[in-house]
Amino acid sequence: MPTRSINPFATASPSPSPSLDALNEKREQPRRTSFTRGNKFTSLFGGNSPRTRSEAAALRDALVAQQQALLDSPSPLQQINSASISLPAINLTTATGEKMPSEQKTLFQPPDPEEARRIARANAQFGPIGSQSHRCTSQAEGEFGDPIEDEPPYYFLLTTYISYLILIVFGHVRDFFGKRFRRQHYSHLKERDGYAPLNSDFDNFYTRRLKIRINDCFSRPTTGVPGRYITLLDRKSSDGNNTFKLLGTTTETLNMSSYNYLGFAQSEGPCADAAEQAIRKYGVTMASPRADAGTSELTVEVEDLIARFVGKPASMVFSMGFVTNATSFSTLVGKGCLMLSDELNHSSIRFGARLSGAMIRMFKHNDMRDLERILREAISQGQPRTHRPWKKILVTVEGLYSMEGTMCNLPALVELKKKYKFNLFVDEAHSIGAVGPRGRGVCDYFGIDPSEVDILMGTLTKSFGANGGYIAADKSIIDKLRTQNAAMLFAESPFPPVLVQIASALRIISGEIVPGQGEERLQRLAFNSRYLRLGLKRLGYIVYGHDDSPIIPVMLYNPAKMPAFSHEMLKRKISVVVVGYPATPLVSSRARFCISAAHTKEDLDRMLAACDEVGDLLQLKFSSGVAGGADPEELAVQWKDCVDEQHVIKPPRWRLEDVIKRGVEDVQYPLR
Amino acid sequence: MDLHEAQSTLVRVFNDANAQFHKMPGSAIILRYIKSSYQNDPVRSAIELFLFLFAVRYMLSPSYSQQKKVKLTEEEIDELVDDWTPEPLVAAPTQLEELENEKRPVIVGPTGPKSKLSNGRTVTNLASYNFYNFVANEILKEKAIQTLRTYGVGPCGPPGFYGTQDVHMKTEADVAAHLGSAACIVYAQSFSTISSVIPSFLKRGDIIVADKAVNFAVRKGIQISRSTVRWYEHNDMEDLERVLQKVTKEQAKKPLTRRFIITEGMFENMGDVVDLPKLVELKLRYKFRIILDETWSYGVLGRTGGGVTEAQNVDAKEVDMIIGSLSGPLCAAGGFCAGSEEVVEHQRISSASYTYSAALPALLSTTASETICMLQEQPEILTALRENVKAMRAQLDPRSDWIKCTSAPENPILILVFKPEVVASKNLSIQEQSQLMQDVVDECLANGVLITRVRTYPHGVGFNARDQGWQPTPGLKVCVTSGLTKKETEKAGIVVRHAVTKIISRRK
Ligand SMILES: Cc1ncc(COP(=O)(O)O)c(C=O)c1O
Repeated sequence: MPTRSINPFATASPSPSPSLDALNEKREQPRRTSFTRGNKFTSLFGGNSPRTRSEAAALRDALVAQQQALLDSPSPLQQINSASISLPAINLTTATGEKMPSEQKTLFQPPDPEEARRIARANAQFGPIGSQSHRCTSQAEGEFGDPIEDEPPYYFLLTTYISYLILIVFGHVRDFFGKRFRRQHYSHLKERDGYAPLNSDFDNFYTRRLKIRINDCFSRPTTGVPGRYITLLDRKSSDGNNTFKLLGTTTETLNMSSYNYLGFAQSEGPCADAAEQAIRKYGVTMASPRADAGTSELTVEVEDLIARFVGKPASMVFSMGFVTNATSFSTLVGKGCLMLSDELNHSSIRFGARLSGAMIRMFKHNDMRDLERILREAISQGQPRTHRPWKKILVTVEGLYSMEGTMCNLPALVELKKKYKFNLFVDEAHSIGAVGPRGRGVCDYFGIDPSEVDILMGTLTKSFGANGGYIAADKSIIDKLRTQNAAMLFAESPFPPVLVQIASALRIISGEIVPGQGEERLQRLAFNSRYLRLGLKRLGYIVYGHDDSPIIPVMLYNPAKMPAFSHEMLKRKISVVVVGYPATPLVSSRARFCISAAHTKEDLDRMLAACDEVGDLLQLKFSSGVAGGADPEELAVQWKDCVDEQHVIKPPRWRLEDVIKRGVEDVQYPLR
Repeated sequence: MDLHEAQSTLVRVFNDANAQFHKMPGSAIILRYIKSSYQNDPVRSAIELFLFLFAVRYMLSPSYSQQKKVKLTEEEIDELVDDWTPEPLVAAPTQLEELENEKRPVIVGPTGPKSKLSNGRTVTNLASYNFYNFVANEILKEKAIQTLRTYGVGPCGPPGFYGTQDVHMKTEADVAAHLGSAACIVYAQSFSTISSVIPSFLKRGDIIVADKAVNFAVRKGIQISRSTVRWYEHNDMEDLERVLQKVTKEQAKKPLTRRFIITEGMFENMGDVVDLPKLVELKLRYKFRIILDETWSYGVLGRTGGGVTEAQNVDAKEVDMIIGSLSGPLCAAGGFCAGSEEVVEHQRISSASYTYSAALPALLSTTASETICMLQEQPEILTALRENVKAMRAQLDPRSDWIKCTSAPENPILILVFKPEVVASKNLSIQEQSQLMQDVVDECLANGVLITRVRTYPHGVGFNARDQGWQPTPGLKVCVTSGLTKKETEKAGIVVRHAVTKIISRRK
């Protein structure tokens, strides 16, 4: 197991200050080139060029403060040392990386193979930025509408239905004969000496006959950090995907699948260093529920940080995101209350809603007109049978939908909320950290005051590379939750190393420590998301979701294309997630890419090249062009033509070279 | 095939079909019939049309009769919307709740047998499940750090989507081997494990026979499953048999559905242990399956901490599902469900809190593997704890006039409730008992011992006192740890005993 190497820097200069100053000076140069977009935000974090010195001082102060807060332990001397060793190191590799002038490089990269290996490892977790132009800001612009959803030619829909039909017919035929001639293989579906089968034949049909065919695309075992690259353990099945054997070898693949939006899945750098200190000082657990003796000073600190980060007066953390939703609704709504839930809401929300005892109604995904219709009906008709008015109405949406890549229409929701006086619950599991110019979720993205939303829930599993969930709201709500919430009373409390990871990630994003890095992560994520999305559109893929979403689903439709796509990508050393029925509607099987700030432009180009090839191979380029991706020149012509007659939009089928050539520039504009 | 070609082929097919319809033998007659009846008898065709439309409408309407809706104009609706004032999202805090929020201890620095609180005092911590003081174990810390430096903190994805790491597979194998069951699945959190396991197997129409005193998470799992539930008296095997008989008789004529007995190995709220051999006997006789919640017994009972099955010499394969915790006595994190291959594989795609939630952080998974290994290799860890449990019990149960301990002798969590005669003579309601227990907890803390109490189940908004259901008896919870010496343990025990005496004798 590799352990950390000692940074040679530690012996060269015991105090961190000269190195940090040098670093900051180096960082200034590239930053100037990105002033067009980055300006506003660099100044936000006090990073203007005249203030280089003070920034360095601030960094030093922050470092000291962090040490005070986190490393207050019996042997501070040694620990301060180790922290000051590693902080500059990560700054070097992540923030400046390849842009470092060569003399500086020799200073930081001594001809030591150990060190070189360490840097290669760090780069495999978080790629160094290639050019300062690979940044962008995630922010809503103009009127927010639903993304245009392209439709495939009928041929594909038809073949998709036929494929399912064939699969189902075949499945039933095999079941029919199997149950008669190969009894022992089907015994678990039948009554067995007086026991009903664990799974009913019918419920289980989908798994047995459809999912098992593509089982090797799911639950692929991995090892190591799920960062920019992810290492898969190779496995093989010799019994039709029933069981797998590990082959003992591994494959390093480009990771387009983990929810590592800001690239905080790292085993090195400030977060991991702080987590290590936390383990040394606190151990790994609090060994008690929050209500008993499981509340640590770290818990309190993280709750304050989260509240400040999302812009709410108070917050509460949980050791699991799922449970955050599963236990919280009972404190908010119950009998006589109505919960309006987006039809695509996460399973944890449904779980919690069912436990609460409130009446649940669904509205169409992101359809504000449908929501308004239901609201008008609900308020005017009151509760069923008794016609008493509803006690409260809670509308529950997600900030960013993990299968669709769509964002909730928060401006419209807030408008509706003003009129209909309902309460609003936004699950920011995927959007916190991932959208908004400052990474603070959908409120930040739309420029809406967080006080307009009653409850902001989120998970810490995704953008922060940690685990757990939180709820941020007014103090009275949080106080109530603290006394009533079942997870608070009975569940394990969040774990010290995890809490510290969260705290460090939050501090980096807000620029409190390692200034500039948080901003870089946010802007790279925004750039990467837009770049790949635009590229895929131009290649001719049908892509769902909003422009700034780091979740990019591309449509495959045909069930057989799911495993084919996954295998072809794996052949090209890229790991992707494919999803089909029942997680999506029957016809719209898809592959989903999750973008990370850890990806470099080269990674995305590699991805685009792979998609180009595979798209041709599997006939996946079937967009009609209505959802964007058209040639800008042609677009201009089209606009003119549009006025007098309906123009047939030419389906975008760009050549890969052109996609890559134009991409960097064009992501700065709306992705038409 | 070229797509456009395919599309135009499709259009052609439609046109052909239309032409074919006209060529069909009966089609002309139908057309003629419609035409002629319209010309000759408009009333009749109108009636027919009406009937036809009615039939369509009837068929399209939902099968159940919807509630009558009052027809309202848009203006009226607007008015109603303006008039409607919802209740506030949460009710104002009660005095008790405010107190609770104020009093909740915050631990500064590491938790341990002696913990420092945010008010600066260092107290003896008998409220944590740190039975073996694994929290302070340097070997475990070192292992966790090594894992951290290889895997980072979070796995950033659910197990189905690249969140399954080799360390999870190892932990699963370790637990399965320790218990002696065929397979095991590790969840990211122990509390939610059973709430999710139950509904993944049990659906509406299935039958659950459960112990009345099961913990909150089990209850929620049962609620989600929407199965039919029958309760039996706590740990009363005769009552269980009676219920099983009744269910079997009732269901004799109906199609066979899944039937489960759900109970705990060592009860969270009572501390006592189930009679597993008897339970298995009944299960086999009445053909039920068992879900056994070993959250509090795994890592505590048995020679190597293998739980009730080890302690009572029952083959783990006799129990269909064993749910346990890696976060309680083992001081790591996560929960597990052990059972047959079929049971485990089914959960991987249909248990909500496994499928739709991120996997366990690697460093917590390796910690669990390591502690399981330690328990098996050094069973003296367990004996040391049992010595302390005995010492603590001796200070409380026979010596106190007011309280008795309902826990099993090996249970490091001593649940202390008022003796029935005390409740009777002082005429204590449940509320009053709760309040007294809280006072005892406060009194102990004032004397430097942190203990806690059995929590009542929270009830939701708009709940009705009538359907409150079972609630645990108010009690104290004293968690013994081998991190303290026998002397220290006894001293803490004396503090608790005196606190009880002081509080209860203050009351008339
Ligand atoms: C919208 C939403 N809520 C909650 C969760 C659960 O979070 P966790 O993985 O931390 O349990 C998820 C994760 O998949 C999610 O997508």
